[in-house]
Amino acid sequence: MSEHEEHSSHSQRFYISIGIGLLVLTATTVGAAFVNLGPFNPVIALLIATIKATLVVLFFMHVKGASEKLTGAVVASGFFFFAILISLSLADYLTRSWR
Amino acid sequence: MEHAAHNPALLHHFADAQQQKNAASLGMWLFLVTEIMFFGGMFCAYLVYRLAHFNAFAAASQQLSIGMGAFNTAVLIISSVTVVLAVKAAEAGRRKVLVGYLVVTVLLGMTFLVVKGFEYREKFERHHVPGPTFNFTDKFDDNGKQIPVNPKEAELFFSLYFAMTGMHALHMIIGCGLFSGLAVLAWKGHYTPGYFTPIENAGLYWHLVDIIWIYLFPLLYLISRHS
Repeated sequence: MSEHEEHSSHSQRFYISIGIGLLVLTATTVGAAFVNLGPFNPVIALLIATIKATLVVLFFMHVKGASEKLTGAVVASGFFFFAILISLSLADYLTRSWR
Repeated sequence: MEHAAHNPALLHHFADAQQQKNAASLGMWLFLVTEIMFFGGMFCAYLVYRLAHFNAFAAASQQLSIGMGAFNTAVLIISSVTVVLAVKAAEAGRRKVLVGYLVVTVLLGMTFLVVKGFEYREKFERHHVPGPTFNFTDKFDDNGKQIPVNPKEAELFFSLYFAMTGMHALHMIIGCGLFSGLAVLAWKGHYTPGYFTPIENAGLYWHLVDIIWIYLFPLLYLISRHS
């Protein structure tokens, strides 16, 4: 089955450098938590978490370079429905000014 | 199976091994989407209650150990690297290297669970476990001024903490079992460069559990340090 190049498998070194990148981002987010940035503390923390999750999805889970394009659509739909869940729920709870 | 003698792992309702692999991967991703929605419900509940009881959630969150949480985050990231290297070893047909990475992954998963166990023990000792013995004392700000905290609202934080980290830990236990089984099968030589789909799909599961922790760690431990 070697005539097909399944997901573009990277070198061992590449995966280890992504791992080191994830560890550096973890250290950054812990460091940022000890600095008082006011309302930006949660924003920075979630931004770094999203960068980390994106790295894992694209490179460790091989979504980038997947031979099956449908995989990307399924992944995107998962996060899209999660976004609907969060945004519609908050649109309700954050606008209950009569409480 | 006689017409597929060149690859015994190829089922005859698939045109070729590549199609079979894509179908298995797609099915796994559909399962992972249901997992995102499952944890998504808890993330949503956490978000809504955090906004409703902001001060109590901040005070309760500050009781968690950032050191242990950060250590566990690092352990999970390293385990994700060993998983991806295991898949690579399977692809290259390096059986012993594959078994080695699978075993290291299980050991890292167990390390995570042991640290989590110490965290839970501390919660029991300090009566931070929701229930009749729950106790939460008011917090003090930097100037030593007492800020009253409604213990019922703090209990809600710890309920969500145990529900989310407990469900995540359950996924870790399942993952450790899964990878132990795969290590045995890999040792017996079940996987070849032509067929290692179970390793890949278990890897996808492990990475998703890692991603859930990547979000749990800042949300539970970090974002309320200065509130």
